[in-house]
Amino acid sequence: MGRVAIVGVGLSKFGRSTDMNIKELAFVAIKAALNEAGLTARDVDFLSVGSFGLWQSEALPAVVVSEYCGFENAGTARVEAACASGSAAVYTAANAVASGQAKVAVALGVERMSESPQEVVVEMLGRSGNFFWEFENYGLTFPGYYALYATEYFSKYGASEEDLAEVAVKNHYYGSLNPYAQFQKIITKEDVLKSKYVAWPLKLLDCSPITDGAAAVVIAAEDVAKSLTDSPVWIKSMGVAAGSSNLSRRKDFTGLEASLKAAKMAYKAAGIEYERAAKYLDVALVHDCFTIAEILAYEDLGFARRGEGFILAKEQQTYVGGIIPVNLDGGLKAKGHPIGATGVAMAVEAVKQLQRRAEPGRQADIRNGTALTHNVGGTGHYAYVFVYSSS
Amino acid sequence: MNVADKSRALQLSEDLKKLSQEAINKSGLPIVNDEKTKDPILIDQNTLLVSYLLPVKKIMPFFEGLMKGEVLATRCRRCGAKYFPPQADCSGCYESDMEWFKVGDEGVLLTYTQINVKPASFSNCEDYIVGIAEFQEGIKIVARVLTNDLKSLRVGMRVKLAVIREAQTRNLVYVFQPIQK
Repeated sequence: MGRVAIVGVGLSKFGRSTDMNIKELAFVAIKAALNEAGLTARDVDFLSVGSFGLWQSEALPAVVVSEYCGFENAGTARVEAACASGSAAVYTAANAVASGQAKVAVALGVERMSESPQEVVVEMLGRSGNFFWEFENYGLTFPGYYALYATEYFSKYGASEEDLAEVAVKNHYYGSLNPYAQFQKIITKEDVLKSKYVAWPLKLLDCSPITDGAAAVVIAAEDVAKSLTDSPVWIKSMGVAAGSSNLSRRKDFTGLEASLKAAKMAYKAAGIEYERAAKYLDVALVHDCFTIAEILAYEDLGFARRGEGFILAKEQQTYVGGIIPVNLDGGLKAKGHPIGATGVAMAVEAVKQLQRRAEPGRQADIRNGTALTHNVGGTGHYAYVFVYSSS
Repeated sequence: MNVADKSRALQLSEDLKKLSQEAINKSGLPIVNDEKTKDPILIDQNTLLVSYLLPVKKIMPFFEGLMKGEVLATRCRRCGAKYFPPQADCSGCYESDMEWFKVGDEGVLLTYTQINVKPASFSNCEDYIVGIAEFQEGIKIVARVLTNDLKSLRVGMRVKLAVIREAQTRNLVYVFQPIQK
């Protein structure tokens, strides 16, 4: 398998979009990414599209986007891994290039969640747990699933709602510095604690919002990448794992087994020691669909010992200058979470960070030239971990 | 227990129909301006209604158990793996030779949440509590916790697994009843 690199990235502004349909939204991200790479759509051999899709009118987003954006010489497919669909798209595109099947591939993530009423979107997400055994009679929601994690985590380790609020405050702070973020307003711990319960003990400001958005990356084989740019960002390793459909079949509710497995796989291939992972990384993008999810990620990714993730948040060690800066783009929490676009947007941000072109105030100190992305689908149903490197 | 309102999605769709009819009367097109951004939005004139049809033949003993007030799980006769939700095929050894057994009456509440923001189908329900409890032989189950008093619940408390009829649909469901000391 050959080395592959990202040679161009693009994003749409995240948020509720009423001015662009799905192909127009995708066009914004793809145009920016191809421009950066110095390529045209005709140079692309494969287009993989991460989109969850239930809420939007177009059933085959890969096809409408492929045509609208002029991918005349490319094959395409939509890939689904729930909230990790974008990472699945990056994985698919990277493998197409690494195998030699494609020289250049584009991974796109795109989602238009605002095409359906909010209550229906809440239902579609809720049905994505285990449909019959968890939704049909009991009406679990996505915040509800992560609340089940929070309740057991609090009980086992003595963490509190106040500790979770630290994560929201940090991610909104960085969101305020990111012009692409849905929320660009600083919030206080009191704001979080005063916000209404969505699924006890999680409150509105513990939750990522419903978002429209698109993100794209151009992935190229080593020879092509080196001919296009002096600063490609290499995909150093990829880890992927799955968890049980039924939440009740998990070992416990204080960590995501799939995240742990995917992290260990990616670390092993990149030569990173699990217990000292933070020392190897300059910055991490982790899956904070809810504040509790970011805490669990600290532990699953080896940034903190079991039961000590909330202390990392409390001590504000995940800001720039801390042990490991996390979600300097605002995370899913403040940047927004257009389901299928999220994983690709993480790749976009990893590239920007490693190339030192994040906006002022939210640029990590790049010493090792190494960044991590961690994208979870569902309630820990899917996990994708990527290690990116500037050398 | 409050029953799900399966007609809410239909109601939301009818609200949109009304809105687009007014627009059609005025301009001939189902295009309205977004309340916040004023951008023109076209409202789909078709409505997709789906009720899925689920085959249950291979796990029918589970539903027959509910009729008798019992919650049943399966155990693989070859490798001993236990399954709840019950399944007909063993994911471990790939045999399809299961025996059915009754899940114990009392278990321990492992975690719980109260759903405050509800999905469309449950939108007319009062806030409801869902939890996961563990029973004998390590069987873990997701179900409604029958109480309106969130504060009375604790991780580790005992719950009774019961089969009841939902108040309005009369559908048989299994639930957790908290056992207060």
